[in-house]
Amino acid sequence: MASTAITAGAEPVFHLEEEHAHAEGGSTMLGFWLYLMSDCLIFAMLFAAFGVLGGNYAAGPAPKDLFDLGLVAVNTTMLLLSSITYGFAMLTMDKGRVGATQAWLAVTMLFGLAFLSIELYEFAHMIHEGATPQRSAFLSSFFTLVGTHGLHVTFGIVWMVALMVQVARYGLIEANRRRLMCLSMFWHFLDVVWIGVFTFVYLMGTLR
Amino acid sequence: MPETLTKFIFGRLTLESLPLHEPIVVVTFIVVALGGLAVLGAVSYFKLWGYLWREWFTSVDHKKIGIMYMVLGLVMLLRGFSDAIMMRLQQAIAFNGSDGYLNAHHYDQIFTAHGVIMIFFVAMPFVTGLMNFVVPLQIGARDVSFPFLNNFSFWMTVGGAILVMASLFVGEFARTGWLAYPPLSGINYSPDVGVDYYIWALQVAGVGTTLSGINLICTIVKMRAPGMTMMRMPIFTWTSLCTNVLIVASFPVLTAVLTLLALDRYVGTNFFTNDFGGNPMMYVNLIWIWGHPEVYILILPLFGVFSEVTSTFSGKRLFGYTSMVYATVVITILSYLVWLHHFFTMGSGASVNSFFGITTMIISIPTGAKMFNWLFTMYRGRIRFELPMMWTVAFMLTFVVGGMTGVLLAVPPADFVLHNSLFLIAHFHNVIIGGVLFGLFAGIAYWWPKAFGFKLDPFWGKVSFWCWVLGFWLAFMPLYILGLMGVTRRMRVFDDPSLQIWFVIAAFGAVLIAAGIAAFLVQIFVSIRKRAELADVTGDPWDGRTLEWSTSSPPPAYNFAFTPVIRDNDAWFDMKRAGYRRPLSGFKPIHMPKNTGTGVVLAVFSVALGFGLIWYMWWLAALSFVCLIATAIGHTFNYHRDFDIPAAEVARTEEARTALLAAEEARA
Repeated sequence: MASTAITAGAEPVFHLEEEHAHAEGGSTMLGFWLYLMSDCLIFAMLFAAFGVLGGNYAAGPAPKDLFDLGLVAVNTTMLLLSSITYGFAMLTMDKGRVGATQAWLAVTMLFGLAFLSIELYEFAHMIHEGATPQRSAFLSSFFTLVGTHGLHVTFGIVWMVALMVQVARYGLIEANRRRLMCLSMFWHFLDVVWIGVFTFVYLMGTLR
Repeated sequence: MPETLTKFIFGRLTLESLPLHEPIVVVTFIVVALGGLAVLGAVSYFKLWGYLWREWFTSVDHKKIGIMYMVLGLVMLLRGFSDAIMMRLQQAIAFNGSDGYLNAHHYDQIFTAHGVIMIFFVAMPFVTGLMNFVVPLQIGARDVSFPFLNNFSFWMTVGGAILVMASLFVGEFARTGWLAYPPLSGINYSPDVGVDYYIWALQVAGVGTTLSGINLICTIVKMRAPGMTMMRMPIFTWTSLCTNVLIVASFPVLTAVLTLLALDRYVGTNFFTNDFGGNPMMYVNLIWIWGHPEVYILILPLFGVFSEVTSTFSGKRLFGYTSMVYATVVITILSYLVWLHHFFTMGSGASVNSFFGITTMIISIPTGAKMFNWLFTMYRGRIRFELPMMWTVAFMLTFVVGGMTGVLLAVPPADFVLHNSLFLIAHFHNVIIGGVLFGLFAGIAYWWPKAFGFKLDPFWGKVSFWCWVLGFWLAFMPLYILGLMGVTRRMRVFDDPSLQIWFVIAAFGAVLIAAGIAAFLVQIFVSIRKRAELADVTGDPWDGRTLEWSTSSPPPAYNFAFTPVIRDNDAWFDMKRAGYRRPLSGFKPIHMPKNTGTGVVLAVFSVALGFGLIWYMWWLAALSFVCLIATAIGHTFNYHRDFDIPAAEVARTEEARTALLAAEEARA
């Protein structure tokens, strides 16, 4: 170790004789965490905007008129299940089972797609009723917050497809494991954000 | 139908969008076009394209990327300063019924562009460039954590700059002031492309800035040489760490708020509108939650530069290292708790205003502690008044004045009088020029020999120094006086003839600063001509104290042949004192990242995407977006991003240096 080398002989040591090269991707997890936190700030801003503008209906529809909690509950379930299945994908990845990992990823993707479909259905329904993003500041901030989350899920799915191709091609090599780990953090992060959306936008919105 | 077809292809871009009716812009365009053609011609004539592409544009070497950032900052400084001197001239002559020489449409674009360019495309690239070049060397690393991301970040910053520059000749820039407050920046009051240029230029550059912030945090946290604990890091690295934390924790806010403004403009949402429940003051709050940390993002690394310079040129360990670190961290935290002082006049009431007034005043305490640390470092030191030290002393004298007027503005009742006055303008130029810019010149003079292997010419450096310092005082002290008399910012014409003399003095100051910039360029030119005379082969021209001075100048691609081991602050000073000898044998192959052109390609698509969105060319926006995603995904299929520099090559490089050092010793 370096520290013992320093104190060892009379001659101080100022460089490493034996390099162990920095493990490739040694900073990736920290870097991705930092990215997630910066993304979290974007969501924080959107939550703040919703907090300020959420009651500005401009004589338009209010949450009570629009939200169907039953539908949102189904939607939330889809996303939560997708997080669990992604967890299974990671467990099988640790065991090095390519086929099972791919299968769990596919299941995760299906849940993600179901979540997106329900969200799009909800949006279409609201717009059809005249509750468009342009109608009031409340609706502007609602569509932006929920829509940004949806866009993230979309990107997550695109990323998942790319990773599944890479795993199929190159197997569960070190680089691919690291990437799956990053996507895992991303996916669970979206889940956490959704809990916030579900609580502050839908549940508390209906209470308003 | 040809008309719908042209509308589809060009969106709202028509021939009328070109500002042919503005003679000033036309002449500028001709000059820029001729200059640009001359540069392109020269590059082609000397067959430099291949060299530039292979060795610079696609390089993932943090040193080269750092230098490219500095070049970008310098080029944009010339643009931003032209805007400044045009404003000074306009205000000096627009009296007694004269309209000056700039119409309102043009003048409003100029003051907006000046602010945007100076902050985003001059100060930010300079600061990022300095951090990029110096930090890995100071911590004994061979590159940053994510070398490709570093290259990509740089090109995104360039992309933003290109969009701003394009607005000069194709369409127009925002006429809203540099922060584009709604409702003025909303679609109803600014239906033109100006604000859209603003939004997309900053969004493209903002991606680069955020990613480079993440990159440098990881580098500092993960890549330090063995033995370098946090409290043994050089102070510049500490301030860089704090700055990058600020970047990562504030630029997403800017991204979000500009996205909301874009939604208001493109989709017709009601975030910041006056009707349908929108709230324009929310924009002002959100953008300053980014904006205030931003000014500390700019100044903190320069505090680090001054610390390094003071310590080196006083020949002493920095006084109060620990307190300096804590002061920096305290400033980092406090910078998030003061944003409302930018708009006390919003009317949020006495309690809120006093909270933000007091937090603002508290910031002067850690800053004052730093000032005393520098003074005590100089106290009883053997001070060498080389160029970097001169800039540092000028900074200390100038910045203190700016700091005190800042504390004055932090008093809410005083601010109600001085809000948006020229007093405010004088204050922030006082701290940004006196702090950031002086620090950059100190840093450039200090690390230039490290980057290029020869010092900068001291004579022209001193000419530049005196022009800048005197020019600054001449240009901005009159603005303090005018501000106290109640003159507000962004005025194009004036009625009261008694004010004119102050504006004339300020204009002379600006001319002096122009001379300072010219002298700086001459300094670079002369130094390159006299590089043999000014050469430094030791790699340690200033008798430095930190690790970057332990390697050669310019450093080899791998920075350090062996990873250094650190046992004290001021690691290189410690090594010299302990009789360190360079290892001459036993070199090993060194693992390094490969160059890639993907960063350039991604930035090109981003600029095209921005341009398409600005001009409503939806096909272009969609196409470039798809290409952007496809390229990004395609890049992830490349798993072979590294190579090894063979041990023989390392040995060759190091032997060349040994020979040089021996020759130098024989000569001396």
